Amino acid sequence: MNSVNTTIASEVTQPDEVAVPVQESKPAETIIEEGKTVGKPFSDDPKFKLRDVEVFYGDAPAIKKISLDIGRNEVIAFIGPSGCGKSTFLRCLNRMNDSIDICRVKGSLQLDDHDIYDPKRDVVELRARVGMVFQKPNPFPKSIYDNVAYGPRIHGLANRKSDLDEIVENSLRKAGLWEEVKDRLDANATGMSGGQQQRLCIARAIAVSPEVVLMDEPCSALDPIATAKVEELIAELSESYTIVIVTHSMQQAARVSHRTAYFHLGHLVEVNETNKVFTSPEHELTESYITGRFG
Amino acid sequence: MTDQRSQAEIVRQSLKRRYRKERRFRAYGILAIAIALGALLTLFTDIIGKGYTGFLKTTITMEVQLDGEMMYLDDPKDERQIKMADFVEPLVQALIKEVPGATEEDRKQIRELINPYASVALRDALKANPEWLDTSRTMTFLSHTDVDVYVKHAGDDAYSIKLNDQQKAWVDELQERGVIETSFNDVFFSGGDSRDPSKAGILGAIVGSLLTMFVTLILSFPIGVAAAIYLEEFAPQNKFTDFIEVNINNLAAVPSIIFGLLGLAVFINLFGMPRSVPVVGGLVLTLMTLPTIIISSRAAIKSVPPSIREAAEGIGASKMQVVLHHVLPLAMPGMLTGSIIGMAQALGETAPLLLIGMVAFIVDVPDGFFDSATVLPVQVFLWAGSPELAFIERASAAIMVLLAFLISMNALAIWMRKRLERRW
Repeated sequence: MNSVNTTIASEVTQPDEVAVPVQESKPAETIIEEGKTVGKPFSDDPKFKLRDVEVFYGDAPAIKKISLDIGRNEVIAFIGPSGCGKSTFLRCLNRMNDSIDICRVKGSLQLDDHDIYDPKRDVVELRARVGMVFQKPNPFPKSIYDNVAYGPRIHGLANRKSDLDEIVENSLRKAGLWEEVKDRLDANATGMSGGQQQRLCIARAIAVSPEVVLMDEPCSALDPIATAKVEELIAELSESYTIVIVTHSMQQAARVSHRTAYFHLGHLVEVNETNKVFTSPEHELTESYITGRFG
Repeated sequence: MTDQRSQAEIVRQSLKRRYRKERRFRAYGILAIAIALGALLTLFTDIIGKGYTGFLKTTITMEVQLDGEMMYLDDPKDERQIKMADFVEPLVQALIKEVPGATEEDRKQIRELINPYASVALRDALKANPEWLDTSRTMTFLSHTDVDVYVKHAGDDAYSIKLNDQQKAWVDELQERGVIETSFNDVFFSGGDSRDPSKAGILGAIVGSLLTMFVTLILSFPIGVAAAIYLEEFAPQNKFTDFIEVNINNLAAVPSIIFGLLGLAVFINLFGMPRSVPVVGGLVLTLMTLPTIIISSRAAIKSVPPSIREAAEGIGASKMQVVLHHVLPLAMPGMLTGSIIGMAQALGETAPLLLIGMVAFIVDVPDGFFDSATVLPVQVFLWAGSPELAFIERASAAIMVLLAFLISMNALAIWMRKRLERRW
């Protein structure tokens, strides 16, 4: 992945080369074809199979006919300018949009060939399998231990105290937080630093052994050092989890993800291997976004 | 350059104006607070100045000869004899002995110095200790209310002294010799209401208030919190819930006497519940307090940050678990504060209780939720309306007790909020 990083840098430093094909005068809407995505949106053995997904807030469409596969143990990054719908799309994957009354989701969304939005489907079970980490660290105002133990407790994953202790320790270890907090598990989580809080939230999410972890700009509130730690963590977690990460930082997408999806005004414009997206984007909008022309 | 300088000049000018404005605004604020504090101070000095004497009682201590022959009593254990016996005579005789220069001729005037209930106290003492018969004992009795008023307010024109000059001289003399004394008024805190101001106490009203508050609390807190949680977390957003919300807000502004009328019509006339009892009082005050509790609880629930909700939902907590494990604990301090303030309001409420008959003259301390009772503010209302000035000072004392309750409840609310408040 390091190679990707350097190639981007070299790309970005040669603006004259990329500037030529972009037609500035043409409004973005006219060059996007609804439901059409360039690159490789599909895979053979997908974890998520998403077809013609549309999301409306009231009557206003927020997501317009997106089709995408998310592979097993894949790290996929969603990038795009603010308001392009990437967070909304992410939140469809574990139905976090349910609590918004005016939000409607259309299309077919399948997790392991089972419909996510099946009315008979238990959303609690879905969220136990598809965990989520939010933009702002949001630990419960409880002890560090209780934060991590909360998920296993409500799902009944541990019957004995020793089992629970083990889950907590493992989760904190995976989140790279164990060494820092093992002596103060009873301390209130709100007293930790921002970076620690976010890693605690990741530990809390993986404590229930989900299959997928959704991350909505997990580093946007963190300083560079904390960000580096979280990114390292994502790389480690990718061995056992499918990770979908929304990010505003293209460097971050380049560093952590296998594939990158570029969203624009509710459309999924381009999906491809990360190094391809950043070195030779197929769509002109992707190109102008990654070269910093807008967004 | 000149342009810049003039701009700086303009800024400086406007700064001056701004600072002036700021100073003026601060002065208004200080003035407002000073007025409020002044009003509060006036209120307190007036009440305390008028009422502190309510916490004092006047007593007569004297050597009483418990002469069986004089009392027509030879067996204190015999109920019939005790009923027939004369307990006034030993008191009169004892006091005549204490007053220098008093003779049998003055017995009527002497008798007017002793509290009418003193003979009852003597009877009870003798009933409890039959072996005291035919002995001599030093005992302390309440003085007559007229003596009480004279001792406390001799120079005050507002009070009419009913003693004649002879009696006044005696009281002065006895006071000098320490026979008549003033001390802390324990009677005020240990008895119910009475026709005799010296004998009147607020224990009955305090117990009545506590019973009523208990009923109010156990009904209004759970119902209010449950309603708030349902409306805030589970209710669909539609015309019907909007209608409910508008009505709750309206109920909070309905004059409390209307709730009294409702209680009278529904609980007493329709359901046939007894009058003047703490249960009905509590029910009426519950109706009155509910809107306050619902509104403050909803505000507390709303103030729980959505990020906490999302966090819990994100790891698969069900709606109920989100509410019970996260929203409720975080909203609890706000809910408790609102409830305590609602309760304090209910504690000070008089009007609705007048309508359900809690204004009756009740001498006994209530011993249950279905026993006739009155409450502190109604007791104040009753005494304050009395023509006897000796009752007025007791009304002031009762107000102080009521204020002490209210202040401690508000302090509790503040302490709880500080204590339970969690940061996120």
